[in-house]
Amino acid sequence: MHSRTLPYLLILPVTVFLGVFFLYPFVLVAQQAFTTGAGFTFDNFTKVTTHWKFPTSFKNTLLLAAAVVPVQLALALLMATMVTNMKKGRDLVLYVWTIPLGISDLAAGIIWLAIFEQSGFLNSMMQGLGFIEQPTNLISYQSPMLVFVAIALAEIWRATAIMLVILVAGIGLIPKEYYEAAEVFGAGPWKRFTRITLPLLRPSLSTALVLRVILAFEVFAVVQALGGTLFPVLMGETYKYQFELLNGGAAAAIALIILVISIAATLVILRVLRVPKGASI
Amino acid sequence: MAEIEIKNIAKSFGNYQALHNINLTIHDQEFMVLLGASGCGKSTLLRIIAGLETATSGEVWIGGRRIDHLSPKDRGIAMVFQNYAVFPHLTVFENIGFGLRMQKLPNAEVERRVHRTAELMHIEQLLKRYSGELSGGQRQRVAVARALAMEPDVILMDEPLSNLDALLRMEMRAELKGVLAESKTTAIYVTHDQVEAMSMADRISVMHQGRIAQNSSPVEVYRNPSEKFVAGFIGNPPMNFLPATEVSKGQWSVAGCQFSGPEAHSGAIDFAIRPEDLSPADTGIAAIAKVVEPLGAHLLVTCDVEGHLFRAVLDSDLALRAGDTIHLAPQQDRIRWFDQNTTQAICLS
Repeated sequence: MHSRTLPYLLILPVTVFLGVFFLYPFVLVAQQAFTTGAGFTFDNFTKVTTHWKFPTSFKNTLLLAAAVVPVQLALALLMATMVTNMKKGRDLVLYVWTIPLGISDLAAGIIWLAIFEQSGFLNSMMQGLGFIEQPTNLISYQSPMLVFVAIALAEIWRATAIMLVILVAGIGLIPKEYYEAAEVFGAGPWKRFTRITLPLLRPSLSTALVLRVILAFEVFAVVQALGGTLFPVLMGETYKYQFELLNGGAAAAIALIILVISIAATLVILRVLRVPKGASI
Repeated sequence: MAEIEIKNIAKSFGNYQALHNINLTIHDQEFMVLLGASGCGKSTLLRIIAGLETATSGEVWIGGRRIDHLSPKDRGIAMVFQNYAVFPHLTVFENIGFGLRMQKLPNAEVERRVHRTAELMHIEQLLKRYSGELSGGQRQRVAVARALAMEPDVILMDEPLSNLDALLRMEMRAELKGVLAESKTTAIYVTHDQVEAMSMADRISVMHQGRIAQNSSPVEVYRNPSEKFVAGFIGNPPMNFLPATEVSKGQWSVAGCQFSGPEAHSGAIDFAIRPEDLSPADTGIAAIAKVVEPLGAHLLVTCDVEGHLFRAVLDSDLALRAGDTIHLAPQQDRIRWFDQNTTQAICLS
């Protein structure tokens, strides 16, 4: 086998796979979004963006991402630092912390619904302890803030571990000698974290953030389980257009809008966390 | 004034005793080399002085102040690491200025000190680069500059030259020695390389199995090793040993030759001589040449003397082939004697 053609031959299967199952459907979706049966048009986009629910679902999606991702980042960094500094039982703790990753997002939503609903754990516990007279409906249109908090909590619980595992791997790649040098030259624990760990973790941070932000824009099942129609998000609207209003063109248009937001966010993250040439470990 | 006193330092990792009651005084502005094979505890001792490792017992004093309970930054030390530990995400300038920034010195002072030390280490032209764009030798210079910029009382160096190629190492050796002498700091330098130790040190502490085997000037360590380990460790090729048997008071027979040695010593003793202190003669120790290696300046001859390995460094003009028998006469005043049981050197009174 000619050594020049071999690499291309080896990546051929995955290229075909991606082409058939990702690129082709993507082209179909784009085609659907830009046509209504009478050639190229922006009608689908006009229709979905001028709908009264669009600004709300757009705002909700961004707000949720803005509330959840930074908290997850901070938590994941804290947890990763703790795990890295553990001498014993490190793997066990890591496994336990990543359990929520193994639970589907709809199931996660239902678990948190079981906590927050009128006959849920939280109400029973508060009542049992005598804090409240009788169970109240926490998740209702009268308390939008609580709905938001419940969804954010469920998302944080469910998806922090994906960042955690990436950051733990990243921290493991930083040679110990840098920390020792920093310590000798006067950096305390906090300075070592901000001056050594964070900058050297940039490649892992950007991977984790890109992954997490994209997933945050696609949030659906948890919101559906906890908020239902109380808290519309973009992905929920896509679902509704596709399966309730049977308008594939409009659904495709929203899907493309989510894609554009995701790409924009990715570019910003990559730009902010880029490592200058020659400055990597 | 930064005299370092190490008092009764011991360190164990679990059941393994890495250091046994080390006592050592390093004078102000002295260049002390801790020399030993890997695993002898020399790096552990350095890390205890630096504060990167905690001693199981004992005290460390610098400049009359007990420092072993202080964090590294409060000890008045700077360190050069084996793998340089030049921060990859910072420019050379920020690397050299790292410690100064941590001390929150004003910008102007940071700039002054960075430029001064960069000039000293000949790396001014690299200040804007990242470590990924530097060669090993340049990184080494940055690491030294970073330590010097702190203007510390004590500089600790952990095998700083071991990752450089031979030629660069020789160059840096001389340069480091000059720069450190000028900076008037006390230096502790850890190495396994005896040439480095001999050429740079004011004093050498040879370490072996967590103990200091000998602590004296390079020449003294070379000429008068305190025990067999030191004699075998220092010098390339190392010292030769042959068993001696007493003939009469103060007279010892070694491989058929008679030498005057220690009087009244109980127990078996070894005769020792450095390979370069031997010369071919008509009479002397009879040796069968096994391997003859011309090294240019000298001829290294590996011989067999009554079943014992025996090396001689001889004049390169000598016509000698493997299998030849040669008589080697040791230089009388260079002969040393060691107790076979205690392995300690025997002093001739």
